[in-house]
Amino acid sequence: MNDITRGRFGTLHLILLFGLVALSLPWFFSQEFILSTLSSMGIAIVFALSYSMLYGQAGMLSFGHAVYSGLGAYSAIHALAAINGGVTFPITLLPLVGGLAGLVFGVLFGYLSTKRAGTPFAMITLGLSELVSAYAYMMPGLFGGELGISANRAAGGLSWGVTYATQAQVYYLIAGWMLMCMLAMYAFFQTPLGTIANALRDNAERLRFVGYDAHTVRFRVHLAASFFAGIAGALSAINYEIVTIDSMGVAASGMVMLMTVIGGAGSFFGPVLGAVIVTLLQTTVSAYTHAWPFYFGLLFLVVIFCAPEGLSSLVRLHQPVWRAKSFARLLPAYAVALVSGLIVLAGIVAAVEAIYRFSDNAAASMLVLFGTVFSPVSAATWIFSGSALALGAALLLASTLYVKSSWKAVLARLEPSNVD
Amino acid sequence: MDFLIVSLLNGLSYGLLLFMLSSGLTLILGMMGVLNFAHTSFYMLGAYFGYQISRWVGFWPALLIAPLVVGGIGALVERFGLRRMHRYGHVAELLFTFGLAFMIEEIVHLVWGRAPVEYRIPAALDRTLFSLFQFQYSAYRAFMMLVSLVMLAVLYFGLTRSRTGLIIQASLTHPQAVEALGHNVPRTFMLVFGGGSALAGLAGVIGGNAFITEPGMAAAVGSIVFVIVVVGGMGSLYGAFIGSLLIGVLQTFSAASDLSLRKLFELAGMHAALTGPTAELASVKLSQLAPILPYFLLVAMLILRPQGLMGIREEE
Repeated sequence: MNDITRGRFGTLHLILLFGLVALSLPWFFSQEFILSTLSSMGIAIVFALSYSMLYGQAGMLSFGHAVYSGLGAYSAIHALAAINGGVTFPITLLPLVGGLAGLVFGVLFGYLSTKRAGTPFAMITLGLSELVSAYAYMMPGLFGGELGISANRAAGGLSWGVTYATQAQVYYLIAGWMLMCMLAMYAFFQTPLGTIANALRDNAERLRFVGYDAHTVRFRVHLAASFFAGIAGALSAINYEIVTIDSMGVAASGMVMLMTVIGGAGSFFGPVLGAVIVTLLQTTVSAYTHAWPFYFGLLFLVVIFCAPEGLSSLVRLHQPVWRAKSFARLLPAYAVALVSGLIVLAGIVAAVEAIYRFSDNAAASMLVLFGTVFSPVSAATWIFSGSALALGAALLLASTLYVKSSWKAVLARLEPSNVD
Repeated sequence: MDFLIVSLLNGLSYGLLLFMLSSGLTLILGMMGVLNFAHTSFYMLGAYFGYQISRWVGFWPALLIAPLVVGGIGALVERFGLRRMHRYGHVAELLFTFGLAFMIEEIVHLVWGRAPVEYRIPAALDRTLFSLFQFQYSAYRAFMMLVSLVMLAVLYFGLTRSRTGLIIQASLTHPQAVEALGHNVPRTFMLVFGGGSALAGLAGVIGGNAFITEPGMAAAVGSIVFVIVVVGGMGSLYGAFIGSLLIGVLQTFSAASDLSLRKLFELAGMHAALTGPTAELASVKLSQLAPILPYFLLVAMLILRPQGLMGIREEE
């Protein structure tokens, strides 16, 4: 677990390297669009890591984690509004306000929700999330109703020499806090509480036999997770300068869960990977099609089916193969699988986009796919889609067998005795 | 008095509809340990299929066909989706149903669009059954109640009297023992999942036109049904029944009343000067509180009786 003491290149080095890369990115990309995407990514990384404290470390599947980030964001935006109104407080430290708010609400709601584990916990967090959102709509003064609450981050004057008027400055703030949070969360995982949380995830009954109170452990882990969620919320308040009630809803909680699961909660960098991929999808695919949630859901289901431990588990799976220098033997099979997967995807995309335009009553709007113009109502579209699906599916089936036999050959080289 | 009776009747018909949803959910949860996030998506599919089929061949055939189609889809989902996920544990299964719910909502967006569809009550039932003073009770509400009660009777006798029902009951608590006796438990699971989905689909067909058929309907009713299952006790059918009626009546009553904290204060003779956020809180009407009352009930239940009304074992 602890690579530092073993003197190996481990997670801690990787975090520091990741942080350095993140902080140096603005030198290479100065476009506003890229910087704001990177900012969203940084916020998502903190949020997903805080979620993985619950789900990955302690096995608590929450559907209400956005409550803490959302309330943290509201606290930060109210604080920012107060700064706009003349209160002196450095904006640089605003994420701390959000974190403390997350902590306070973590005490308030977390004590109740952590009374149960497993499926009841999931349902209770869902109920709490609905409760908070519904309550927020009743309190337009505090939560801004449909419009949300906004404030101006640049009107606070100098905050330790920075005005936060440009996206680059905000990005540095987010990247800095992200690095600190990553280090703090990694440190938390090394504490006795972090280890006990793992024990809770793996076998709660035995943990109780040893004399630990499961509720207390859950409550404490939940507190830490709420704190970091609050920081993520405050960062988003500074970044977007607006907080809406949607940011506390079940959909927002579901999104962070999807990020964590897609990336993989089993390793520290899994949620980071998930946050990066999902943010990229959100910003790029949504620019091309309104049906992007469909593709997103598809990605989620494919990951759940093919790699239930998340994408990062694939990296772990290939580590021994890589070390044995036999990775090249898997490549041909993977290439075939990739091509057939892309063919299936092309068929799905054609069908989905055609249906979307058809049902949207926009039969006139042409569909431009793969450099070709399709009419959504013409037979050609459906013939293309159907044949791509059929061909791709057949190829995919064949390539699965190919991948399996390649793996068998590689495993035989790795451990000659273990092959049946 | 008339207000009370009509509200009670409306609440009961809504509660029975909720029970058609929560019974399937709690059975699936109790038997397979799967919290099925896609359960109310099947409700939504039932409503949309009901709408589409009744446009083609009329409401009455749709009442039969749509639930069967939804049940078939549910059985396929269990056979080719859930059963595959089973070896990865309950969390993987839950995540699968969550992803499925997400996809079904997107497919509904794709096919029927984002706006509500015009799913109307059949003309034969679009009238008033009886009037009590100024309140009118619609015939369709009575029809909904009738369908729910028939379903309830079928469910009750099916579970307690039929052989399959007994196997289902036994699989609830002792799946290994049932399997050891030579019964096909996975097939029973498929049956329960398909049956539960069909029930949800039926609720969709009769509820979709009484309320509203739109892509958000699954999520809107989903968390309410979850509350019912927790309040009733996870896996308990009786608990789900009591919980459904309780929440149905509670929501209907509170939605129709105009009580507020301020009014309560005034009734108590206190004209205290409420200012700031307190004033905002005090002027909230009970009808505005209606959407959050179930969640209050959930929190109260967790404090007072964490295992739920009819829950017996405290699982960890």
